Amino acid sequence: MKLVFGALSLIAIGILLLIVVQEMPTFGSPDSPVHNEVPTRYLEHSVEETGALNAVTAIITDYRAFDTLGEVTVLLTAIAAMVAILRC
Amino acid sequence: MRDLIVRVIARFIIPFIQVYGLYIVLYGHVSPGGGFAGGTVMASSLILYVMAFGARSEKRRLPEWVARSIESAGAVFFVAIGLVSLFQGTTFLANQAAGFPMGIPGRVFSAGAIFLLTFGIGMKVFSTMITLFTHLIEEEEKEGTG
Repeated sequence: MKLVFGALSLIAIGILLLIVVQEMPTFGSPDSPVHNEVPTRYLEHSVEETGALNAVTAIITDYRAFDTLGEVTVLLTAIAAMVAILRC
Repeated sequence: MRDLIVRVIARFIIPFIQVYGLYIVLYGHVSPGGGFAGGTVMASSLILYVMAFGARSEKRRLPEWVARSIESAGAVFFVAIGLVSLFQGTTFLANQAAGFPMGIPGRVFSAGAIFLLTFGIGMKVFSTMITLFTHLIEEEEKEGTG
């Protein structure tokens, strides 16, 4: 019974995901929603606004610096948890 | 594991790996790289040291309190840079608006806060990798399976 229920729910989720994939734009198509004004702004103005030639670094440590602070916090939490477990 | 060839080669190659990692961290805003990649490369040199010479010898070179201090200092440094912009009257972690010296794009000492933030991330990732690795390998040696 459990097995049948698991298989049925897996099939239902799979059909749902396939329907979603049908709606996605094809890879590299120019009218995909990711090609809006945001990457253009980053590529054209990142050098004068941040002074960094590397656009990726400009994004992760200037435009998205608060997100990077979250990543640093994740590392700190991971180490704290591991030390707490292994040092008792 | 304690092979003579591995030890001799490791002794030669570790300084080069560390310099390369530091280069990736410091040139993160000019060329491809950055704090995460450079910190990992620097930590990989110490992982190689542990593999070649054992965890106990590594403990003498880099005591645990040093690694722990680098760990916390990286995070505190990152937040402190953000607070500097806050005290300048702009938003948290603002770069150009907070009056950081921008320099000429393409030079090493340019881009204001990005240079410092990348350095902080590099410190953080380096100590995270090395603390994780030494703690886990210590546990294995304690159990006597390593």
